[in-house]
Amino acid sequence: MAKKRVVQTTINGDAVEFLCEPRQTLLEVLRDVLNLTGTKEGCANGNCGSCTVLMNGRPVTSCLVLGVEAEGAEIRTIEGVACGGHLDCVQQAFLEGAALQCGICTPGFIMQTEALLAENPQPTEEQVRFHLAGNLCRCTGYDKIVRAVLAAAEKKRANV
Amino acid sequence: MPRLFIPPSLRALTGGVEVVSVTGATVREALQSLERQHPGFEARFCDGGKLRPGMTIAVNNRFAPDGLRTAVSPDDEIHFLPALGGG
Amino acid sequence: MSIGEKREYKVIGTRPVRHDGVDKVTGRAQYGADVHPTGMLFGAMLRSPHAHARIKRIDTSRAAALPGVRAVVTSADLPDQGSRVVELGEGAVNMRHLSANVLARDKVLYKGHAIAAVAADSIHIAQEAVNLITVEYQPLPPVLDVRAAMKPDAAVLNDDVRTEGLEPGDPAANRPTNVARRILFQKGDVAAGFQSADVVLEHEFVASTVHQGYIEPHNATALWNADGNITVWMSTQGSFTARQQTAELLRVPVSDVKVVPMEIGGGFGGKISVYLPPVAALLSRKSGRPVKLVMDRAAVFEATGPTPGAYIRLKLGFTKDGRLVAGDAHLAYEAGAFPGSPIGPGCMCLFACYDIPNARVEGFDVCVNKPRTNAYRAPGSTHAAFAIETMIDEFCRQAKMDPAEFRIRNGAKAGVRRVDGPVFDRVGMIETVEAIRNSEHYQSPLGGSNRGRGIATGFWFNCGLKSSVTATVNADGTVALVEGSTDIGGTRTSVAMQLAETLGIAAEDVKPTVGDTDTAGYCDVTGGSRVTFATGIAAVEAAKDIISQLVVRAARHWEVDPKTVEYVDGGVTGPAGKRLSFRELAATLHETGGAVIGRGTSSEANQGGAFGTHCVDVEVDPDTGKVQILRYTAAQDVGTAIHPSYVEGQIQGGAVQGIGWALNEEYWYDDMGQMRNATFLDYRMPTCYDVPMIDTILVEVPDPQHPYGVRGVGEVPICPPPAAIANAIAGAVGVRMRQTPMSPPRVLAEILKQD
Repeated sequence: MAKKRVVQTTINGDAVEFLCEPRQTLLEVLRDVLNLTGTKEGCANGNCGSCTVLMNGRPVTSCLVLGVEAEGAEIRTIEGVACGGHLDCVQQAFLEGAALQCGICTPGFIMQTEALLAENPQPTEEQVRFHLAGNLCRCTGYDKIVRAVLAAAEKKRANV
Repeated sequence: MPRLFIPPSLRALTGGVEVVSVTGATVREALQSLERQHPGFEARFCDGGKLRPGMTIAVNNRFAPDGLRTAVSPDDEIHFLPALGGG
Repeated sequence: MSIGEKREYKVIGTRPVRHDGVDKVTGRAQYGADVHPTGMLFGAMLRSPHAHARIKRIDTSRAAALPGVRAVVTSADLPDQGSRVVELGEGAVNMRHLSANVLARDKVLYKGHAIAAVAADSIHIAQEAVNLITVEYQPLPPVLDVRAAMKPDAAVLNDDVRTEGLEPGDPAANRPTNVARRILFQKGDVAAGFQSADVVLEHEFVASTVHQGYIEPHNATALWNADGNITVWMSTQGSFTARQQTAELLRVPVSDVKVVPMEIGGGFGGKISVYLPPVAALLSRKSGRPVKLVMDRAAVFEATGPTPGAYIRLKLGFTKDGRLVAGDAHLAYEAGAFPGSPIGPGCMCLFACYDIPNARVEGFDVCVNKPRTNAYRAPGSTHAAFAIETMIDEFCRQAKMDPAEFRIRNGAKAGVRRVDGPVFDRVGMIETVEAIRNSEHYQSPLGGSNRGRGIATGFWFNCGLKSSVTATVNADGTVALVEGSTDIGGTRTSVAMQLAETLGIAAEDVKPTVGDTDTAGYCDVTGGSRVTFATGIAAVEAAKDIISQLVVRAARHWEVDPKTVEYVDGGVTGPAGKRLSFRELAATLHETGGAVIGRGTSSEANQGGAFGTHCVDVEVDPDTGKVQILRYTAAQDVGTAIHPSYVEGQIQGGAVQGIGWALNEEYWYDDMGQMRNATFLDYRMPTCYDVPMIDTILVEVPDPQHPYGVRGVGEVPICPPPAAIANAIAGAVGVRMRQTPMSPPRVLAEILKQD
């Protein structure tokens, strides 16, 4: 077993230092080392999007990122989306639009949506579907998720 | 009198009769009534005084939660069906 | 959109934010894999590489010696079950088979079949240790095709299986076999029926195995304490059945086991049977520590409970003026390694949508070297609907008859006797067809080449079973509601809404909790589309119990005769114009006798069945065979929609699962019984880019057995889609698909055959 490495990173705006083995993924570090269990494992090989976090602003499947790769990076997880206990537009839109049933895919969708709206504040339905195609949901059939994302985009534009 | 519907694979035991009029106030009594008219059925439906696993009872069109204890009225139909579970 | 008879309600029919919503959008909700009790070890499973083999020897010594490994278990650690059959709440279970499925004994019966497990300080050490377990196998020929498995010379998977349901005196009933059961239904005179038919069609259909595809893998964390109490934190559709299965498998008293249901990431029927809890418990007992076992995605595909692959042969007879007069069906469903496919319901559903005077259905439950199947939303019904709904469409196109008119003319309604025997009372089949026929979707023309439109109807029974709840009035006028029904889609809220409606308070003033098996009263599984119906009834009973107590308390508070007090409009009224709202009365309860606790149960009520009719427009690419869904509308009889958003959501989710089943999903096996596509990349479920918005039409024909008319909605939406899509493909490019999935290579092959 290789020696653990010390990794210094920023998570949800806070400086964080953790120990991990080189073989541990960022997903495993978040969940089992840092107790940030909001990011979920669905497949462990990058095909379902449940483990999506933002790394330097880009959405990544954290099951395919090594923990040591977080060195010097800015990581944002679902735990950092609400601000001071207040839900943001995307979270609010998911709730009001009933865009979740079991909720296991919801953190991944919210992170991917945050990245989408940062890049494209006025997406069409087609663009929303294209950008979220890497996130699997088995409960909702996606209809209410897409509507919630479009509603969140509109709300964000109205607030700016 | 309640009517008991004979599952098709067992109609050989009734000489082909599909529906048998029975007496009784519960499914258990109805089965005993059937047994008196056509011996051999109770053993096929029951094991140790309970309904055999994998089977269920419908009275008219509702599945009977009380099994053999379910009450039956004179106009009722009794059906023996495969047990089903949902997903 | 909603059609039907509507009463006026205050809470029912509104769309409050669900009570557990904030936790789910912030990542705070605790799912099974999120628990981490102090001292927890990580477990890993050794699984069979062979689809069919005898286990000659298992050597776990090298695994046990690896530093960091704290315990190793095999089936030798599971107590013997003999030939016990135990009633587990949603049917009887052969305990020897269940136990052998959890940890294989002398044979492995599918690739991925669990054999041994290890608990270690980290998941990586546990996985390394698993690789150090050596097993000596004697491989046997795998049986992979349902028809081959039925032949008398097929290799037999289980020596203890005999065919049930044969004609009395049939000697085949005494032979070991893969055919576990035969089902037979008959109505009228089938031969005469076909004689009277002008058009007779007969076809064969094949459906591939598909998986429920829940995103959250199975998990269980168990602690076997020094006092003998076992606690299991897990994701499950039924904490009480999980408790009982675990207790029976370990042969300990049921009360020694507590199951704490965590939030669950999807089930659809696949999280009712237990796989992990007894193994985690045994590892915990041996190591003295809590042990967490989580399946990886490949194990979920290979070693849980997908729905059966199937072979169906169907013959239908029609008169030239469009009456369905005769039917003869043969169905064979793959049970997987052990008996128990939903062949019974499949046979019962096949003709259920129609008033057919003469019909025969014969079905077989057949063991093959694949994972032991389990329930998947309306189990068995989708396969049957695929066969009959496409053949009806074929007749309609030949006879130039509108498929909606055919279904209205021949549809099941009150007074129609099903082939399996019972007579329908009030049902909404024809209403759902009319809703589609009258819809903007169906009425609007479909232009463009290679485009087609198809409709199909499906049926499912929906269960009643048993539920119970308790509800306590808080001093601030809120009510704490404890239910035992695990919440997979928002039911804690729909049940809370029914309690609120009955009490005349706001949904937000009810605080629902899903209790564990020690704190909640017994509830049967969350499945069978039963929770909003049955746990809802229990909540209504609990509310009525509270009301009767509040009347007495108000009288005590006012110092008047209880006969002069009435509960009305969310409060109490008394003599001389006295009135207290629920909230005001709640504040006085401590002075008039302490806590007011209501309880309610449901066990008698039984659902009448649900119908759904779907309409889909597709475009087929003639060069690749790819089918694009252009537009989709689903109409369903929902009784009364308690929370319309979640009713719509169930219909949309089920429809999209059906679309995946229709177009891409299948278990791809090689001839050694290895599943070659056990990842989400190659087991291709629909993404949001694959489907359009799913429009829903909620038809509300109330179910008289429920105080608010609720019908279960969760399952029937998966029944129509494959047939509706096949019918649309026929309209688009003139080819008839009789195999699912209708993936691009298959569709293309049919298109090329035409040329």
